[in-house]
Amino acid sequence: MRKLISIIAAVFTLTASVTFAENLTIATVNNGDMIRMQGLTDDFTKKTGHTVEWVTLEENVLRQRVTTDITTKGGAFDIMTIGMYETPIWGSNGWLVALDDLSADYNVGDLLPAMAGGLSHEGTLYAAPFYGESSMIMYRTDLMAKAGLEMPAAPSWNFIAKAAREMTDRANDINGICLRGKAGWGEGGAFITAMSNSFGARWFDEDWNAQFDTREWSDTLNFFVNMMSDAGPAGYATNGFNENLSLFQQGKCGMWIDATVAASFVTNPKDSTVADKVGFALAPDNGMGVRSNWLWAWALAIPAGTQKEAAAKQFIEWATSTSYIELVAANEGWANVPPGARTSLYENANYKDIPFAKMTLDSILSADPTNSTVDPSPYVGIQFAAIPEFAGIATDVSQEFSAAYAGQQTIAEALAKAQTITNDAMEAAGYR
Amino acid sequence: MTGQLTTRSIARFMMAPAVVFLLGWMLAPLITTLYFSFKKYLPLRGGDLGWVGFENYVKFVTASSFWPSVYTTLIIVVSVLVITVVLGIFLALLLDQPMWGQGIVRILVIAPFFVMPTVSGLVWKNMFMDPINGILAHLWKFFGLQPLEWLVQYSLGSVIMIVSWQWLPFATLILLTAIQSLDREQLEAAEMDGASTIKRFGYIILPHLARAITIIILIQTIFLLSIFAEIFVTTAGAFGTKTLTYLIFQRVLESQNVGLGSAGGVYAIILANIVAIFLMRIVGKSLDAKAS
Amino acid sequence: MARSIKFQRKTINTLIAWAVGLLIFFPVLWTILTSFKTEAQAINDPPLFLFFDWTLENYAVVQERSDYMKFLTNSIIVAGGSTLLGIFIAVPAAWSMAFLPTKRTKDILLWMLSTKMLPAVGVLYPIYIGCIKLGLLDSRTALVVILMLINLPIIVWMLYTYFREIPSEILEAARMDGASLWKEIAYVLTPMAIPGIASTILLNLILAWNESFWTLNLTAAKAGTLTAFIASYSSPEGLFFAKLSAASTMAIAPILILGWFSQKQLVRGLTFGAVK
Repeated sequence: MRKLISIIAAVFTLTASVTFAENLTIATVNNGDMIRMQGLTDDFTKKTGHTVEWVTLEENVLRQRVTTDITTKGGAFDIMTIGMYETPIWGSNGWLVALDDLSADYNVGDLLPAMAGGLSHEGTLYAAPFYGESSMIMYRTDLMAKAGLEMPAAPSWNFIAKAAREMTDRANDINGICLRGKAGWGEGGAFITAMSNSFGARWFDEDWNAQFDTREWSDTLNFFVNMMSDAGPAGYATNGFNENLSLFQQGKCGMWIDATVAASFVTNPKDSTVADKVGFALAPDNGMGVRSNWLWAWALAIPAGTQKEAAAKQFIEWATSTSYIELVAANEGWANVPPGARTSLYENANYKDIPFAKMTLDSILSADPTNSTVDPSPYVGIQFAAIPEFAGIATDVSQEFSAAYAGQQTIAEALAKAQTITNDAMEAAGYR
Repeated sequence: MTGQLTTRSIARFMMAPAVVFLLGWMLAPLITTLYFSFKKYLPLRGGDLGWVGFENYVKFVTASSFWPSVYTTLIIVVSVLVITVVLGIFLALLLDQPMWGQGIVRILVIAPFFVMPTVSGLVWKNMFMDPINGILAHLWKFFGLQPLEWLVQYSLGSVIMIVSWQWLPFATLILLTAIQSLDREQLEAAEMDGASTIKRFGYIILPHLARAITIIILIQTIFLLSIFAEIFVTTAGAFGTKTLTYLIFQRVLESQNVGLGSAGGVYAIILANIVAIFLMRIVGKSLDAKAS
Repeated sequence: MARSIKFQRKTINTLIAWAVGLLIFFPVLWTILTSFKTEAQAINDPPLFLFFDWTLENYAVVQERSDYMKFLTNSIIVAGGSTLLGIFIAVPAAWSMAFLPTKRTKDILLWMLSTKMLPAVGVLYPIYIGCIKLGLLDSRTALVVILMLINLPIIVWMLYTYFREIPSEILEAARMDGASLWKEIAYVLTPMAIPGIASTILLNLILAWNESFWTLNLTAAKAGTLTAFIASYSSPEGLFFAKLSAASTMAIAPILILGWFSQKQLVRGLTFGAVK
């Protein structure tokens, strides 16, 4: 009898520890870090036996695709790559599996607090950050010296405007400053929103009334447009991250304020002609106590109701762990590891001394999505408001702004339209 | 008597699968679209929130972007039709002339039709119209001119240009086959009678092409009313290039308001049917003309 | 004298025609050329036409990143399957409309065409939910059926116009010889209509191949076609012209090659009853 019981017990433990090899489908964005991860998937398969199929899409298409799938509970994907915008909303709707039982090895406490906070709802983590960024100033040390100026570690907007005008050299095709103007809530919209925070503006007041009719917003846009007409590239109304990156790498920008991840591109001698002439500084402020740097993370989440939860969790642990970071470092060098997710990365002797590491960390640490504006605001998020309607509204608003940058309407007209669009949409959605 | 009945029932039987499938394909989405259009359905804010009557319909048309989107749609459709037909006639006349390497030229002219709309949009936007790195920018700079910001300053024109490039082959091919079936003797007789090239074109060639042109208009309109990929990839609806289809897309997938988007879909069907009735008047006559 | 004028005319025609042809073809040509450049040279000022470092690195990167063969196979199955299915359903329908016309025939035809005017995005949610319930999400079956339905009106209409070209006397003669209905279709109608059917198949293959809305939204990892393949190369971070060109070339090459070999069919058959 005892023998029988022990045999049965042995069989149970055996089957319990044998996990069937699963095939996971992941939807992700087509940026460099993700493509790199796709190339390293064999490591995951070797360690766990699970295989992974990749569906890589451009950011806007990805967002729509996964939103459609998750709201209809389609189950087409086992793992989704989402950002700080979706996670709190989806988490609160119960559409994501809570990541509260990750293994001890994973060391959840190592995640940067701002990242973990931005990806949680009511204290529970719903997506594991794979990549984090803030924004900062990247500038040409040689052009700065030539203009006889010195960049402070935490400059003001007035200084930046002055430096931009002085560095501009149209005859030699050098623009003092290159900034995003492209329509899109994640492109130019994100930039101007973050900038507006430092000018004391906000999207909504505490009763959810749109604030585009305030002096702060008008100051922001006027400052931006004036600076860009004097010191920015022609056609900036359609310049997004890629266009500015290209300009900076070709040596045509004196300064560029954009995502911290850009630093690894502009200091890469393979693509950049100015790789060794780049300095970094915190995103500017206007003396009001809030800087203009934003906060964003790409994170991996699991749709609720998936059949492959255990395997998916294993993948998420693998992809956002310190050992993955070491794997990338071993294969492609420390400058190419996914930044901005873990504190330990910035304490690592190999990474600390990379030129942009410290400024990236400082930028991330100084960004607080829960306190993003000078005056109190009812929403979370620095360059966006974490409400479902935001994407649609902000796309329309940013299109109006871009039209103003292109000279197709005045700033006053653009702001008036933005005000109407936003108030109408918020009323239609039941906020006011 | 019996023969007639059998013929009719055979006819119905043979048409049945096509009609049944298309009926299902039309009714099922139509009914669900109507269903959703009377509801407040916000997937991200709780899903099905109940019946709201005609509220979505009112909201859709009173939005400030509705009428501009209708005009934009019509402008794009009409412009592309005009460009493809006019240029198509010229190209067809050209390709009909004696020359060397006719086959190769033909495939060169047909090629754009094979390219995926998404690819065409991306190629035009990034490789041609980019104001800094694009070919057109280099060309303008070569002549000492300031490069144009195609997709900002002339956004609607740029979209029309891209779509016309894609559909020109289609129009050219149909017109070419029509021209090749032209009665040469009639033309030669007219030439010998002293009729000028323009007169020959206007009185002989053009009327012969009338049917081809109406068919091009019919088929292209069907496709042009719902173009999407080219706009999505180049301007994302900015700078006045938002068509009705794009507006619906924004309501459904960006604002995540399925009810509002469905109401928009119903408006699009109404617009399309108006256009269809309009076309019926023009093309219907031609279809009758072949009644044997 | 006359012969030299003809020669002159032919030369001028050739020059103009080739110039126009190359102008129209230029974007495609440029894409193919750029696919062999490095990213830095792809945006070079002035643009490089032939004298650059020809490289296959972009194709290598694309091949490594995406499983081209899977996407290609799916595109072929979906485009081919939906076209063939459509032909099966459309031939009887077009036959009856062409040879046994009723008063309602014209209306039915135009109604069929009007079903194409429904904007796809308006029905995304219902169709998506429908696919989930039927377990057909991310399946080639769903795509084949939906693409067939989208193109069925065009297939029916094209076949209808070809069948009307066929003189009914021949069919009546066959009928009087005692041929049954099916024999009539198989042995008399079909051979005469082959050019028309062939060019209908070709046109629909192209339309189904290039369809991007449904092929992108209803698929994930298994059933993605070349349109989904392209979607992963558009506007990522950093320079991408050369890689995009390589991916684009790989996506349009099959259909371009098909078009090259079948252009005579396409041109000959594309009459749409436009020819008297």
